[in-house]
Amino acid sequence: MGTRNTGVLRLLPISRRGVIKAGAGAAAFGGLGLRGASMQVSAQDGGEVVFLSTQLGQVTEAEAMRSTILADFEGEVEFITEDLGPFNDRIAAEAQAGSGSVSLIGGQHGDFASFAADGLLMDLSDLATELQDRNFPEQYLELARYGGESLAFIPWMQATYVMAANRSALQYLPEGVDEAALQTSLTYEQLSQWIMAINEAEGPKFGLPVGEMGLYHRFLQGYAYPSFTGGLNTTFTSDAAVGMWQWLQDAWQYANPQSVNYDNLSDPLLTGEISVGWDHTARLINALRENPDNLIAFPAPRGPEGLGFLPVVAGLAIPNTSPNPEGARALIEYLTRPEVQAVTLQQVAFFPVVEGELPEDLGAGVQAEVAAVQATTSDPAALQSLLPVGLGEQGGAYNDVFKATFRAIVLDGSDDIPGVLAEQAVNLQAVLDTAGAACWTPDPASDGVCQVGSGGAATPVS
Amino acid sequence: MRGQRLGWAPYALLLPTLAFLAVFFAMPMVRALGLAFRDADGGWSLSSWDTMFGDARFREAMTTTLLLIVVIIPVQFALAMAMALVINARLKFSGLWLYIYAIPLGISELAAGIIWYAIFTQQGWLNSILESVGVLDRPFIFLNYQNQGWLIFCIVMAEAWRATSIIMIILVAGLQGIPRDYFEAADVFGATAWQKVRRVTLPMLRPSVQVALILRTILAFQAFAVVLALAGSGTTVLSAEAYRWYYDIRDSQVAAAYASVILLLSIASTILFLVLLPTREEQMG
Repeated sequence: MGTRNTGVLRLLPISRRGVIKAGAGAAAFGGLGLRGASMQVSAQDGGEVVFLSTQLGQVTEAEAMRSTILADFEGEVEFITEDLGPFNDRIAAEAQAGSGSVSLIGGQHGDFASFAADGLLMDLSDLATELQDRNFPEQYLELARYGGESLAFIPWMQATYVMAANRSALQYLPEGVDEAALQTSLTYEQLSQWIMAINEAEGPKFGLPVGEMGLYHRFLQGYAYPSFTGGLNTTFTSDAAVGMWQWLQDAWQYANPQSVNYDNLSDPLLTGEISVGWDHTARLINALRENPDNLIAFPAPRGPEGLGFLPVVAGLAIPNTSPNPEGARALIEYLTRPEVQAVTLQQVAFFPVVEGELPEDLGAGVQAEVAAVQATTSDPAALQSLLPVGLGEQGGAYNDVFKATFRAIVLDGSDDIPGVLAEQAVNLQAVLDTAGAACWTPDPASDGVCQVGSGGAATPVS
Repeated sequence: MRGQRLGWAPYALLLPTLAFLAVFFAMPMVRALGLAFRDADGGWSLSSWDTMFGDARFREAMTTTLLLIVVIIPVQFALAMAMALVINARLKFSGLWLYIYAIPLGISELAAGIIWYAIFTQQGWLNSILESVGVLDRPFIFLNYQNQGWLIFCIVMAEAWRATSIIMIILVAGLQGIPRDYFEAADVFGATAWQKVRRVTLPMLRPSVQVALILRTILAFQAFAVVLALAGSGTTVLSAEAYRWYYDIRDSQVAAAYASVILLLSIASTILFLVLLPTREEQMG
């Protein structure tokens, strides 16, 4: 296959059949000449569009957005980024006031949940029909309905999490694992042996983003739990989960203790404070771009239950109080064009959600990530999770339970892992009850509120 | 002098300021603190206080905050006093010293935190210098949450660098307000430099010291960005917890409870300083 980037870049291997179908679709696809394809939504002047987003908030990303990605849009876009807190406050306030200044909002699918529940967003089903030829993954459109009828957002881009390592660490790989094997068969057990060998030679050089803004809770939710236990909430206190936490506690001895300072792993990888780490593709891209010769990217390891991984979907929604809904729709159409999606990938390392051929000149860093992501999604053992659905305002509290568990077991080194899990299971159930959330992948669907359990027979936590 | 009736004019002139303070400070503050005593439905309840006290990180936040204050304030006060005396001695280049000391005042708290992170981090300035000089073979991890002593040391260094100038400026102003007569009288009595400092300067400086300590302690309770930059999630302080509960966990009641704790501690320390450092009439000039 080499390094040619043809084909659909999908992060959802719904089934083997789905992958083959997607491949067939790609084969039937033309080249990059998509600008000429017929689109019912025409690119007319969108006027002034105020675009408020929780995504692409980092300075370099926002700059790339304004100067490159939005450059060809016919209309004037004011791209504003906010953290989730102020973002929520602003949209809620505009809804309450009955009129607003924000025409289009962009965020992760979890960011829109409370707005969708309160009916603050326009139904975009007709827009989705007009943009049918984009072929958004059906699963993302399903997510966008939040269990109801109205389509709250149009998928905008997606991302996932991969591992990165410095080439200098490859000499410490365990027996039987070479650089090629990293892309296809690294297990958590082998990862332990690897970082232990690095520790003996050079000191603790494994990194996880455990900073205050770090995404280590996603590692637990979308990678560690599914890979070891095959579930998340329903297997929270299972024996397999205890095994997973034990693995993490042991691996932590070989992790750089400054990980508690790391919000992203790009800087530590570049300075050499860590040589192996796991993080979000957008938070690794700086390192991979600046040092492509020495840094490699590869899929997360696989556990007993498979290669758990977590795609993150970002979407575009139009609030009811939007002053320029036509401009917002034009901007949605623009941002979901395959060529703009390709530019987005190249600039900020967020992956497309539409079908299309990827350009050749993505740059070494993005290329490495694309390869790692494709290796993840096409792996036969891939076990895809979803970001929590239906948590609304409780999203932060939900993540906080995982962070607290991590703190107690890994940072403070508790010897009573089952005890900590039992304690935190109560908090987890309380969050799920308050949110009224049903189970989501990797857990099997549930009637009613998801029950935290120990896998197997679903015994509710008392 | 005070016998003259002032009439209503002064009070009328004060009214706009009072109105501004009432609308933009007092009312929001009362409402925010009221949040701490309500539950999610709006009824009165102490549930958010229960949650706060029961939270695993509350104790850590409280201990770290108090520890930082107990260590930082004396260190900064001693440093500021020395700096103020240097400036007030009107040595050569004392004007230059003032500018150098005041540089950290122009930097935001987070920027200062990031600068000191770059110094203390494993591959940072301090380790590079120590390694090149030969004191260390391998970089030492100063910012190690497992070694709270070093972590607190780093935070104290960063805060001392960043905020001592505030105290120094107040003390310089106080020093310049001491009438020369006292020093001349001390010279007549044959006092040494140290005796002058102990017997004339420090007592006369009490009002300024009181103001500086109160101000600095209140600001120290709110210190947050430096701790975040240097310690990450390795330790936490009260204001960081208030931020986390509001922005991450989206529970404004518990965040308000944390803010109330900060307010109570600030009031308590202010009263403490007012009691410990009473100022007599003649010192007020």
